[in-house]
Amino acid sequence: MSYIAKPKVHHPSLKKNAIGLTRRDYEGAITTLCAGCGHDSITAAIIHAFWELDIQPHKVAKLSGIGCSSKTPAYFLRQAHGFNSVHGRMPSVAAGAAAANRELIMIGVSGDGDSLSIGLGQLCHAIRRNVNLLYVLENNGVYGLTKGQFSASADIGSSSKKGEINQMQAIDSVLLALSLGATFVARSFSGDKEQLVPLIQAGLKHNGFAFIDVISPCVTFNDHEGSTKSYAYTREHMIEMVDSGFVIPREEILAASDPGVTQTVRMHDGSMIKLHKVEADYDPTDRQKAYQYVSEIRAAGEVPTGLLYISTESVDMAEQNDAIAEPLYNQAFERLCPGADELEKLQKRFR
Amino acid sequence: MSGQLNDFAFKIATPNGTGSASANSLIMQTIFRMGIPVTGKNLFPSNIQGLPTWYEIRVSKSGYTGRTPIFDLMLAMNPATYKQDFQEVRPGGWLIYDSSWPLDERLRREDVTYIGVPLAELCAGAFKGVRERILMKNIAYAGALAALLEMDTEIIRELTREKFSKKPALLDSNDKAIELGYRYVKDNYECPLPIRLERMDATKDSILIDGNTAAGLGCVYAGATVGAWYPITPSTSLMEGFTAFCKKYRKDPETGKNRFMILQAEDELAAIGMVIGASWAGARAFTPTSGPGISLMNEFLGLAYYAEVPAVLFDVQRTGPSTGMPTRTQQGDLMMCAYASHGDTKHICLYPSDPKEAFEFAPKAFDLAELYQTPVFVLTDLDIGMNDWMVPKLTWDESYKPNRGKVITAEELEAGKEFFRYMDVDGDGIPYRTLPGTHPRGAYFTRGSGHNAKGAYTEDGAEYQEVLDRIKRKIDGARGAVPAPVIKRNGSKVGLVTIGGCHAACVEAVDLLAAEGTTVDYMRVRGFPFGDDVRAFLDEHEVNYIVEQNRDGQLRSLLILDLEIAPSKLKSIRYYEGFPMSARYVVDGVNAKDLVNA
Repeated sequence: MSYIAKPKVHHPSLKKNAIGLTRRDYEGAITTLCAGCGHDSITAAIIHAFWELDIQPHKVAKLSGIGCSSKTPAYFLRQAHGFNSVHGRMPSVAAGAAAANRELIMIGVSGDGDSLSIGLGQLCHAIRRNVNLLYVLENNGVYGLTKGQFSASADIGSSSKKGEINQMQAIDSVLLALSLGATFVARSFSGDKEQLVPLIQAGLKHNGFAFIDVISPCVTFNDHEGSTKSYAYTREHMIEMVDSGFVIPREEILAASDPGVTQTVRMHDGSMIKLHKVEADYDPTDRQKAYQYVSEIRAAGEVPTGLLYISTESVDMAEQNDAIAEPLYNQAFERLCPGADELEKLQKRFR
Repeated sequence: MSGQLNDFAFKIATPNGTGSASANSLIMQTIFRMGIPVTGKNLFPSNIQGLPTWYEIRVSKSGYTGRTPIFDLMLAMNPATYKQDFQEVRPGGWLIYDSSWPLDERLRREDVTYIGVPLAELCAGAFKGVRERILMKNIAYAGALAALLEMDTEIIRELTREKFSKKPALLDSNDKAIELGYRYVKDNYECPLPIRLERMDATKDSILIDGNTAAGLGCVYAGATVGAWYPITPSTSLMEGFTAFCKKYRKDPETGKNRFMILQAEDELAAIGMVIGASWAGARAFTPTSGPGISLMNEFLGLAYYAEVPAVLFDVQRTGPSTGMPTRTQQGDLMMCAYASHGDTKHICLYPSDPKEAFEFAPKAFDLAELYQTPVFVLTDLDIGMNDWMVPKLTWDESYKPNRGKVITAEELEAGKEFFRYMDVDGDGIPYRTLPGTHPRGAYFTRGSGHNAKGAYTEDGAEYQEVLDRIKRKIDGARGAVPAPVIKRNGSKVGLVTIGGCHAACVEAVDLLAAEGTTVDYMRVRGFPFGDDVRAFLDEHEVNYIVEQNRDGQLRSLLILDLEIAPSKLKSIRYYEGFPMSARYVVDGVNAKDLVNA
């Protein structure tokens, strides 16, 4: 996780959000990823999304595993606690942090190696557990830091930079998440900030595990002809299923222009996500249909994007565990320890 | 063998899954409530139904709680193990068997007394249904024992009333079954046997409790709010205990909501990840596991050590390596826990010897983990964790306040207090930390990659080494903070040194040796890294016998590694068949060597 400190110089004319912070206040260190890396575009979208939502940076916990993608939490929200954990195991650390303090706004950044190979199990169970976490999978189909091996998301038949053909089936993270009962599933493209920012915002507001797979081309090892995760391939093949617009609660909700194809979903804090469906009969609140659509489009060699599924009845980990509303980490000790008299009383059962 | 009043041992052999546990605990509790010191050891298979299981009960008026390998009486209820069970009774002992079926004459021994009780037949006549007959056969043998050993029938009745107060039908069946066994033996044999019970007053300040229950309770008292775990024998009942006590004590009285969260993880890797995440975010979090779980957690443990995140682990040890014998006891994880994970690491370990210490070391472990910002292991074993021990009543010091360690608050940060995550501000090697979500100036990046004193990423050798050396100083500083060893000096040049649950056998061995004319001094270590008093004890004795339950003498190795004690001063007595150690084994071990002051 190398980085270079960024000078904190603010231009007085920079636009401020409702809590008086500029976008620079949501930045982190200067990236050390390759120039043109898709991950840096995602970082920019994350910065923009947080700034626009007026979130206090220090209320955020940003977590990651190991790999190129997992370096990126150093590049945004310098005033937030970060945790660069071990390879593929960020979801469990995030679950623990969420258990200790349910008021933390949590974002986890991972990659396709981190999420779909070494950390596949943890991803699956974090989805099942519905940890209240925005999980961004920066998907480039390749191991970057170890120089170009196929990852588990590399499509069958796609080729590496060295010309090898991938013989194994790809794990499609979106279909995986849908089948595991994920309550928020989206896919986007690092080069499409207009689509990505509202998805990140909706994911942050989602009560539970919000999964966004972002195709993020690796300019060094996977941006050639024969790759299905390159800029050119993705731009050519991405199909926007649902165009989402995020409406912050303070703004007046505008009437949908076309009632036939626009659907508004209310988030748990009162904000709204407006979904403009490109396919008129696509219903992003119907898991079975979403799965079917995504599978069909994928089979045709296209990349479906947008907010593909959202559950309006998401019950997050803390709720599943019937936890008190306040965070557990700073409970007064008197409320946790039953005391000497109770111990004396209890021990009658051990006689 | 007369004169065995309140001083004998017997063994109950049954097939697993037949419901013998309730009969065995009825027997244990009755003896305990008669005021007589008693210990039970459950030797059970890794199986739910059918394989042989044994329950050993030792009655000791002197209060010895170690296992004894000599059985005065065998209650043989499992024909599958008759051959072995019949051999285990001492010459002159008694053998109770189910005489509903004729006994294979080849199994007869001339030197024991056979007591046939037609338990199956008696129960077939008295109860309907196969299940009830099987269950009540066990209760009936408790009745037979009551007559033979002169157990207090009033206490038996009191116990069954307490247990079945809400189930009158079961109470009737139990009473009937006890009477069946009791009456048959009374009518057909001379009662009581020379081994018998008589009321004492030696247990009124004690309880019968297993270590897992006690440790789970200790975690509640310590203020733990997050527990993460993956089920594994023999640690499972620790989390079950914690869960039950949390439901009792941690429900918010107004909302009914939980002031705790228990996460059953997908594996031990996730369990320790959750503990690290929760501790990082400021909660007291722990995971109970056993050796195979610690093996899986190694990578994360290195992260917690190096990134300095508190974590509390209970390792209820079982036999290894690999799956080993999951339902047998051992102290085989001493080395692994002390140095878990790749790279240079060293971890604080606590070694309780019984359930009482398992309870007391829980708050201690959380205090140390938060004070030193590092993983802390509490190592018990299957014997401590799952068997019922007679221990002095648990007590709680109301003045206890959790030591949350060096955490800089939002107020302090707001007031301008400087914060660099890995800086040695106080000269004790312990840095300050902040909690996420509290203050913008508290933000730092937690990472397992190279970092400098300010918490920034580094690949600079000197900066890296500065942090690593400070962590070493920090952990060395814990020598004086871990529980001090228990030492008993008798003026000998020979030291007997042990750890954990071997205590029970060793204190008895010290007495047995003294009775044979051999005086030894005694030390039980209770924490790692070892303190000065451990070194002093080893130094002052010409020879030290290190008693432990593993093949390779791991405690001995730890003493040599950590304190640079000359190996020639440390002799080794090791027992690792998987059962709790007996005092006799220790005595034989000492006698087998050349004693300096024999």
